[in-house]
Amino acid sequence: MNTVTTGIPAGTPGAVWLDEALAGVARDPDSVTRAFAFAARRVGRAPLRPDTDPGGVVHGTVDDAARAALVVALADAVGVGMGMGTCVGADADKDCADRLVLLYRQGDGAERRGVLRGFDALTERGDLGPVGEPTALVTAGLELAADALRANDPSLVAAAVGPFGARHLDQHTWRHAILKLVFQGVSLTAASDLDRRADDELGRMARDFAAERRAAGRSVPADLDRLTNTRLTNDQPTNDRLSSTKE
Amino acid sequence: MRILDPHIHMTSRTTDDYEALYAAGVRAVVEPAFWLGQPRTSVGSFTDYFDSLLGWERFRAAQFGVRHHATIALNPKEANDPRCREVLAEIPRYLLKDGVVAVGEVGYDSMTPEEDEVFAAQLGMAEEAGLPVLVHTPHRDKLAGTRRTLDVVRESGLAPERVLVDHLNETNVALVRDAGAWAGFSIYPDTKMDEHRMVALLQEYGTERMIVNSAADWGRSDPLKTVRTGEAMLAAGFSEDDVDQVLWRNPVAFYEQSGNLVLDPVPGFSAGEPPTPGVEFEGSSVLRGARA
Repeated sequence: MNTVTTGIPAGTPGAVWLDEALAGVARDPDSVTRAFAFAARRVGRAPLRPDTDPGGVVHGTVDDAARAALVVALADAVGVGMGMGTCVGADADKDCADRLVLLYRQGDGAERRGVLRGFDALTERGDLGPVGEPTALVTAGLELAADALRANDPSLVAAAVGPFGARHLDQHTWRHAILKLVFQGVSLTAASDLDRRADDELGRMARDFAAERRAAGRSVPADLDRLTNTRLTNDQPTNDRLSSTKE
Repeated sequence: MRILDPHIHMTSRTTDDYEALYAAGVRAVVEPAFWLGQPRTSVGSFTDYFDSLLGWERFRAAQFGVRHHATIALNPKEANDPRCREVLAEIPRYLLKDGVVAVGEVGYDSMTPEEDEVFAAQLGMAEEAGLPVLVHTPHRDKLAGTRRTLDVVRESGLAPERVLVDHLNETNVALVRDAGAWAGFSIYPDTKMDEHRMVALLQEYGTERMIVNSAADWGRSDPLKTVRTGEAMLAAGFSEDDVDQVLWRNPVAFYEQSGNLVLDPVPGFSAGEPPTPGVEFEGSSVLRGARA
């Protein structure tokens, strides 16, 4: 079952298009390429949670969600999750992994986010198997997450620290991803399972970052509180816009 | 003044330019794929460049409130290098992408048989993808090149209203208008065309199917030449509505034939606020953009 919530009202042209595209992928997995490219033009680009995330950076956009649903449909179409632990299951995982890597590599920024959000949906559905025994799909997801975490576009970084990243990224990579969110000014609500994975080393990194910002006379992002045991406050409030224009 | 710059190579420009563009009323741009000064030697250089136009540059523009679009093609100069020509196999998949509003720049540089072949092949790809075409006219032997361009377009069967022939001047504008195509003018500090000659052409030919761009790139150029042309039009007695037609409605009408223009304001962007990291929004930091 496709469990992705897209927020597209039923019966609208966007919802009708997505239903047809999902059915199309079930019939012909290759059709996902075109559906991926056209998703935003058909369902729109609105943020999923406009009240707190007007740019759709933290929680993603309607087209991100539509693409995640297409990824789930693709996984179903090639048989992911049906023969877990068997050769058939491994073949399906490999096929799906190859297709998702290609979608990502040949995708624009939004399509890349869609693939990453698709890995989140597969993770939440329990399709990726236990941690510690990486399947071809998990290995592919980690390769793409690493690519996204190198990007300068914060929406890609945010999309790499959802449920998949929280479950599968190694601790070093995950810590750097979290600090990069703070550095880029993206709310830490983008990160799944933050409290479970945060450790003393991340706390140390966050405190050092805060000290560096204070030394520069700059404000300390409020989100850093979530990473440190000591409550950090801005001793000398400054206006970033006047004091600094560039990282 | 609201402006869509239908031809500007923002990859070669700074963030100061983006701020100046927004402040002057430029809300959308189209960046045609072109050569980079230094010749490319492999397909990978092209695909990284195309990906950058559709990924990083779109993100960069959005940080400054500007909607960024692209046109994709193998340019005529590099069509002469067999190492580059292999990129033709990759172009159709790019033409499906969000924000790709035309095939371009295609056309002629030195008018070689290779350029003929690549031009015709890409006109076919435009037809297949349902996209209009942005055509570059040669810097040398421009009049002959324009004639040959229009012949090739006619032979392709592509409707002339789906073709924008660019970098025109006093000598070839009539040819293009008579063929039924859109006439594009690149306003430069000291070459191609300037804003006062442009005003004279608008007085002679009217404002229908006339399009003005800055074509700003890595050479000596000025991204605000669209604005300067609008100001020169007003000074010469054209109305605000005439300026709006030339600088906004005409390029919108041309590229809207792609069904792929996005012109609503960038969500989350606040005018007049420079991109700064860590801006507070309802208690949590949200993106205004930062380098990492």
